[in-house]
Amino acid sequence: MKRLRIYYPVLAAAILIVLLHLVLAVTGKIYYMTQVTMSAYYALVVIGLCLLMGYAGQISLGHAGFFAIGGYTVAVLTTHNLSHYRAASWAESLRSLGMLVQWRNLYEQDVLSFSPWVAFLAALLLAGVIAVMIGLPVIRLKGHYLAMATLGFGLIIYRIVLGAKLFGQADGISNLPPFHLVGSLQVNGRAPFRVQNYYIAWVAVLAAMVLGLNLIHSRVGRALRSIHQSEEAAHSLGIDTYRYKLATFVLSALLAAVGGALLTHYNGSIGPSEATVMKSVRYVAIVAVGGMANLWGTMVMGVLLNFLSLRGVFGSYDDAVFGAILIGVMLFAPQGLLRVPRLRAIFFVGRASSLAVQKLVRAQRAAVLRTKATCARRSHG
Amino acid sequence: MTFALFVQYALSGITVGSVYAIVAIGFNIIYCTTGIINFAQGEFLIVGAMTAISLAQVAPLPVAILGAVLITTALGAVVELVFIRQVRNASVLRLIIITIGLSILIREAMLHVWDEQVRSLPYFTGTAVSTVTLLGAHISPQVLWVLGVSAVIVTALTLFFRYTTTGRAMRACADDRMAARLCGVNDRWMVTLSFMLSAGIGALAGCVVSPITQTQYDMGAPLAIKGFTVAILGGLGNSMAAVAAGLFLGLLEAFVVSVLPASYKEVVALVVLLLILVFRPSGLFARRETSALRAA
Repeated sequence: MKRLRIYYPVLAAAILIVLLHLVLAVTGKIYYMTQVTMSAYYALVVIGLCLLMGYAGQISLGHAGFFAIGGYTVAVLTTHNLSHYRAASWAESLRSLGMLVQWRNLYEQDVLSFSPWVAFLAALLLAGVIAVMIGLPVIRLKGHYLAMATLGFGLIIYRIVLGAKLFGQADGISNLPPFHLVGSLQVNGRAPFRVQNYYIAWVAVLAAMVLGLNLIHSRVGRALRSIHQSEEAAHSLGIDTYRYKLATFVLSALLAAVGGALLTHYNGSIGPSEATVMKSVRYVAIVAVGGMANLWGTMVMGVLLNFLSLRGVFGSYDDAVFGAILIGVMLFAPQGLLRVPRLRAIFFVGRASSLAVQKLVRAQRAAVLRTKATCARRSHG
Repeated sequence: MTFALFVQYALSGITVGSVYAIVAIGFNIIYCTTGIINFAQGEFLIVGAMTAISLAQVAPLPVAILGAVLITTALGAVVELVFIRQVRNASVLRLIIITIGLSILIREAMLHVWDEQVRSLPYFTGTAVSTVTLLGAHISPQVLWVLGVSAVIVTALTLFFRYTTTGRAMRACADDRMAARLCGVNDRWMVTLSFMLSAGIGALAGCVVSPITQTQYDMGAPLAIKGFTVAILGGLGNSMAAVAAGLFLGLLEAFVVSVLPASYKEVVALVVLLLILVFRPSGLFARRETSALRAA
């Protein structure tokens, strides 16, 4: 029964989500749902990044790249018109398998393209393969080197989508078909589908949360945390640090790709702005303000900040706000904003006597050592 | 490819390369004294150039450039005193994130001060169309300015680090901060000084190259990436090797343009960066034992 306790917040979140729906409906702001839905898909990216940064302690400045890989793969596969090959035998057989579908786009043109399910799986596969290929060499790097390598990866993806005709260059790709999940459920950005998409997005987010919570409360999670605290110590205890880091990297890349693929279907389009370094930095900022090793904080901040940004609250200071958040959080609250004791310490205790601070530091250091030992014992006792 | 065309490509490569080298040296100066990679390094160049462009409207060019260098140097000091000094003993992750945040803030501030228009300083001598003929190639005199100023910066820095007390104190901090402090070096001020120095030379480089490459508020980040690539190629902390690596990358880019579409020029530097990070993160010129230390 004790193990189930970690899922109570998921239940609470589900209730809050329904409440939010009711509040929006009562206040006549139901159109806010569109931005909430989009923010939820962005939250998928930061949940993955939170596992990587907060728990495994590895930075990535290239997650917008994985988001773009997911989004652009589904965009290309579902909109690239194969009508030309209609008669070809491979097209016939793929069509009989349901992998190719015939549909009519906004310009009343008949399009023969891959079905969204095939495209979605292909996007996941591609993102996974690229994540492994990039991760294998790069995840061995540390600190600045890892930051720069992932930044370089993100920039390469950006340059490619901006430069290649296949990806629509600066215009991106638009006119995606809706993604029919099961029955009448579909990822579709048009107004009549607003409510069901709100719930589809949240189900995806909560599923990712359950996955993440499961992971961090398992043997793997404890191993990751011990890597974060001291990679050498973890290594010496026989934890295969490299494999754990790589697996987390790939998992977070997959979550980013899922977010990218679903949001692209929801918006019906994707452009190169989704692949910029600034996007990657935003994701990092959100994880930082959420408290690094704090899945719930990151998820809430991911939805909140993206929602505010999409509503245009920050105006022309959009990027500056995220830059300021990064610096502010790192300078004053490296544990994130959503930790009440810390807030209390900052606002009420202020500058306590240096003796008390020293005492605190010593106690904390001891606590860290104890956790390290427990972590190690639990996962490899 | 004719010989004249070859010289043309080579000279343009050397010009860009020497700017990369100066950005890389800026990275190195700060990395040596603090162990921080300053992600806002590229922004220093743009701040310098933009300030000079504004000052040049009210003052003669040399005064404007001098003023811009001084203002950017002051900005470097502010960055260190206000932000970096506050986070002693911070983890690398935290420091990376802070300098990234700084680069965004500086960039956005520039956007609001100078808008998104592309500007440039006037040519130091002659005009945009005047040329000098060298080995059959026609080049702008500004190219010679870039090369000359880069050479002066590198020489001056070498002399500074080798022969002045302050320069030697900075090197001592880079080697072993605790030992330097025990010898009476004020290590905190050396860190501030390193930020000022790298901001100052960045600003100067930004001014000299502005007539050729133009200046826009968001050009700092690509320059920083190239500069970092060069710094890694040469081995972090090794300023002389950075010059060689800068010229190498500049030449590579210049000649790649003759084979690949220009829009993929950026990708070349990035691929070089990934390759060097993966295969030789300690740099091309590093010896084995030092590479083992630095990679950690």
